[in-house]
Amino acid sequence: MNQARSNILKRLREGRKESFGVPVSDFSLVRDRNWNAAEKLDLFQQKIESVQGEVHRVAADRWVAELIRLLAEKKISNLLVSDRKKPALELREQWHEELPQLLSYQRPIEDWKSELFNQVDASLTTSRGAIAETGTLILWPDEDEPRLMSLVPPVHFVLLEADQIYSTFYQAMSEQGWASQGMPTNALLISGPSKTADIEQTLAYGVHGPAELIILVLE
Amino acid sequence: MTSAQEAVQEFHPRVHAALENTQIRTNFRRAMDGLMGKRLAAFDGMDLEGLRDLGAAVRLRALSRLPELLEQLESNLQKQGIQVHWAETGDQACEIITKICKARDAKKIIKGKSMVSEEMELNHHLEEAGIEALESDLGEYIVQLAKETPSHIIMPAIHKNTDEISELMHEKTGTQRSKDVDYLTASARQQLREKFMQADVGVSGVNFAVAETGTLCLVENEGNGRLTTTAPACHIAVTGIEKVVEKLEDVTPLLSLLTRSATGQHITTYFNMISSPRKAGEKDGPEEVHLVLVDSGRSSIYQDEELLDTLRCIRCGACMNHCPVYTRVGGHAYGTTYPGPIGKILMPHLLGLEKTQDLPSASTLCGACGEVCPVKIPIPKLLQRLRKEAVDGDSLRPSVVQGHGIKRRKLEVLAWKGWSLIHARPGLYRLATSVLSRVRSLLPSKLGGWTRYRSAPKPAAKTLQQQLRERQKLAVAANKGGQA
Repeated sequence: MNQARSNILKRLREGRKESFGVPVSDFSLVRDRNWNAAEKLDLFQQKIESVQGEVHRVAADRWVAELIRLLAEKKISNLLVSDRKKPALELREQWHEELPQLLSYQRPIEDWKSELFNQVDASLTTSRGAIAETGTLILWPDEDEPRLMSLVPPVHFVLLEADQIYSTFYQAMSEQGWASQGMPTNALLISGPSKTADIEQTLAYGVHGPAELIILVLE
Repeated sequence: MTSAQEAVQEFHPRVHAALENTQIRTNFRRAMDGLMGKRLAAFDGMDLEGLRDLGAAVRLRALSRLPELLEQLESNLQKQGIQVHWAETGDQACEIITKICKARDAKKIIKGKSMVSEEMELNHHLEEAGIEALESDLGEYIVQLAKETPSHIIMPAIHKNTDEISELMHEKTGTQRSKDVDYLTASARQQLREKFMQADVGVSGVNFAVAETGTLCLVENEGNGRLTTTAPACHIAVTGIEKVVEKLEDVTPLLSLLTRSATGQHITTYFNMISSPRKAGEKDGPEEVHLVLVDSGRSSIYQDEELLDTLRCIRCGACMNHCPVYTRVGGHAYGTTYPGPIGKILMPHLLGLEKTQDLPSASTLCGACGEVCPVKIPIPKLLQRLRKEAVDGDSLRPSVVQGHGIKRRKLEVLAWKGWSLIHARPGLYRLATSVLSRVRSLLPSKLGGWTRYRSAPKPAAKTLQQQLRERQKLAVAANKGGQA
């Protein structure tokens, strides 16, 4: 199909008009906001709650206790969590036998697809920050927190550090240097639990992804 | 000829059928009113015009460097391990995808929503090759169960109400009849769960392809797009060549405009950015990722300075949500993959004017589509341009629009030539109008297409000039009478 490639590019090059007047792209509209840290957190919470996200603000040294409380409240019997991330190690250290079972994503998906799809109640992942304007979490799945971890279990817990909230998507990607450092296999913006309005515009949560998205904001 | 092409040629009967179908009219009216309201609320307090200017500028900049950006995208994707394929036609793209599937001995495909795949009738091609392709977006799933096509590019099953969907799911999948949307949604989730696990290949569309970083961006709410692009061992993304943008930052205004214009959401649940297949050590994600770049008429549009604006489209569907014609006839009446205003300016390029000649005329030119377009495509202007192309007389004049001149009729040409001649010569004009006013009762009451929905124009008993002269005479007489 190299012929197709050269034909398409040739048509585009030969057909291009010289008179392309390209106006300057002024990004200030999607970049500049003057919100302080407290305002950003409030806005983040308000926006993500408007699409059924659940937010719990908690002191940084109290989050494991809060998680345990929520797991009990939601009658969750097992939790998929990383083996190596710092918060996950902290969690594993404080765990004991009477609590929900902790699961690990140690094997490639092919080896335990059915188990992941059918038997995992909930997962816990970290985040790379959040976006206040749209109530959005930023996740970069990796070896320790693979892509399906935040997608397949019906309940997804996310840890968010309060000082990692950016005003806008533009600010997040430029301050974290996404374009310059190169993109990961998969980068995600997540704004609430999975939803659909495909049946007569009636909103329903939990269609193919998690039905519950619970954010622990570490202050 | 494919079923889609036949459908295009039966435009008028379909429009009549749709107008008489009160259920369809109610479903669309309700849905479009809702979508218009939500869009307005989503832009509340924002500098909408400034944002639209920015969106248009970003898309225009991408188009101004389209061949270079496509090459940059290809080279970055290849470096990152994604295989890139080029297709001049939809059929070629289908062949490429079928070949990839066959090489992997794939029998089951799960699909995320992709209008380009609808455009090239991919499911049909795969089926013929013995490969099952299942739609996983809830709306697309419903439409596929009903063996229909999407009636809206964002909300494929918007033409059906809850009862109709409940009945369909009951009949095809054995679920209980129910008005409970949560139950219906949960049932579909259960039915598709197994399919995601078993699928050999996932096929998705692309919303934006970023040249700078080699990144494929997908916008969705359900999570089916993420599952499609993550769970199977192979992911094939398919997109039109115009979807490329230059820089990563370019997606920020486009994403904001897209979700707000489409469904009135400030953002969708998921924005999924894919830049490579599974790397060593990673435990999930496809081992193989392909991008199929489809031309299918787009490079022809690119040849024309005015029509080029068509390629700015980010497929939000706002033009159809605000279109008085679309709202009344619904998406299926158009008989084309893309309905509504964007369909009317895009489909003539994809199928040729021979098969789409009625589309540019199926508009009141009210201008709503152009006003709401997030990237400022002057849709009404382009509709007029395509109307001109349809009756263009000089078949030797090169035009990028295939089938130009298809609607040209000798009698109509003669009538307009006469009209123009008469209006350019005052003597002739006076003669013609006075003759017409004398034979007014003999004029035909049927004037072809014009009188199908209107009564024929009837000249007045006296022409305007005759009436003026009489008034002047009377005034002069009255003056004289006054003086005496």
